[in-house]
Amino acid sequence: MFELIGIPPQALFGQLLLGLINGSFYALLSLGLAVIFGMLNVINFAHGALYMLGAFVAWFLLEYAGIGYWGALILAPVVVGLVGIVIEKTMLQRLYKLDHLYGLLFTFGIALILEGAFKHEFGVSGQSYATPALLKGGTNLGFMFLPFYRGWVVVLSILVCLATWYAIEKTRLGSYLRAATENPRLVQAFGINVPVMITLTYGVGVALAGLAGVMAAPIYSVNPLMGSHLIIVVFAVVVIGGMGSIFGAVVSGYMLGLLEGLTKVFLPEASNIVVFVIMVVVLLLRPAGLFGRER
Amino acid sequence: MADAVMKMAPAAAGETRLKIEGLNAYYGESHVLHGVDIEVRRGEVVALLGRNGAGKTSTLRSIMGLVGRRTGSIVLGGTETVAMAPHRIARLGIGYVPEERGIFASLNVQENLMLPPVIRPGGMSVADIFALFPNLKERLYSPGTKLSGGEQQMLAIARILRTGADFILLDEPTEGLAPVIVQQIGQAVRRLKEGGLTMILVEQSIHFVSTIADRFYVMEDGHVVDSLTAAELAADRDRLVTYLGV
Repeated sequence: MFELIGIPPQALFGQLLLGLINGSFYALLSLGLAVIFGMLNVINFAHGALYMLGAFVAWFLLEYAGIGYWGALILAPVVVGLVGIVIEKTMLQRLYKLDHLYGLLFTFGIALILEGAFKHEFGVSGQSYATPALLKGGTNLGFMFLPFYRGWVVVLSILVCLATWYAIEKTRLGSYLRAATENPRLVQAFGINVPVMITLTYGVGVALAGLAGVMAAPIYSVNPLMGSHLIIVVFAVVVIGGMGSIFGAVVSGYMLGLLEGLTKVFLPEASNIVVFVIMVVVLLLRPAGLFGRER
Repeated sequence: MADAVMKMAPAAAGETRLKIEGLNAYYGESHVLHGVDIEVRRGEVVALLGRNGAGKTSTLRSIMGLVGRRTGSIVLGGTETVAMAPHRIARLGIGYVPEERGIFASLNVQENLMLPPVIRPGGMSVADIFALFPNLKERLYSPGTKLSGGEQQMLAIARILRTGADFILLDEPTEGLAPVIVQQIGQAVRRLKEGGLTMILVEQSIHFVSTIADRFYVMEDGHVVDSLTAAELAADRDRLVTYLGV
């Protein structure tokens, strides 16, 4: 077995895989945030709580309806998306005329309510959610051990990100979305029902968070605070990638996950802060983010 | 090409396509239109004239439902639209070409062209549109805002022609364009008129509209202060000079 600068390859690749897994969740969540910000001009602070909700819906489905992982992978995002649609239709919609800050405060409130309610009901110890039978175990790649489920999470998140990118950049519906992001009033004057598009965009954006929640359930415990731990890093990722840049959100999600993994190997003390250090540097040198357009 | 435009010829020319009565419009606290009355018959080209800030653009935006608040009456082909959402108003067969052209930077020329949904059968085919505006065909995959001002104006008109709208609101189509482009746009507008489209044309340049429009409304401070036909204008050009100060 070879060694890299005194680091055993098992440790290096193990951390890189862990970084890639974290990166997969960063990418899925920051993708949803970027889509929502582009269309609604709202920084959706409830994103982490809706990710948590996705994991809990998967757990409920298993506990009370006997519906396992694969069913939850479809149903939980639908449920979270519908919750998002109700939030947008009944409340969030009223805030668009005001400053962005109000949307942020409102969604922050929603996040606290959701997390508080789940904490009251389920405590903070967390529920365990079994890895689906099909993806139990793993394989030895020679240089590292790859658990099948973790490989699946990485592949699925890449597929979902690619599909979302394709839908936005290459389809007719995506061109409506891009145009409405630029000039919603004119798009509406062409006969397109923009208010419904905005509602659906919020629904799809938070459904992505719900999907990430289901994917996370077998890896991390299903825990009311799982979202608030993650969302702070995801906001840093979005700022680094550039607010509203779909491409930037996805690429910086994976890159920062990997970078965190590398930092754990080479400078473990810094692994918790590396993302925020980069955020500070990016904000100072390029406030619009690495892939963002200056407004 | 001419055949394709002819297909859009409406069934009954002369009936009322738009009737605006007592229209007031507001942006927030500012009251921009004060009791505007305008009527447009099917197949007619009507020009709105007046100085900057007279309320011409606000009148078009009011018809589309794009101002903050409207009161009064705007009847489009028999349907009262004063309380309607913009996307429903558009579905009554109106196409809007805004003053700032509204070409989308994040869409290429083709995507810009295909963006407005078809609202009625009988719109121009993409091939006919390229025959009318050959420049666009060569720039199909350029980002929309990389086009020249004239090409952006052509694109803004072209994308509306695809939708089958039979009533088009054109806001300052020649503003800031070179004379040769103005001529090309003028030809295109004339051809659309021959094809039977109804139009409201907002213009600063009397020279441009006097050769195209059938009737003229003159606006001042959010009111219609005069209206005249093409024959009246030809007979008495000085009548406009007092309003426009040109």
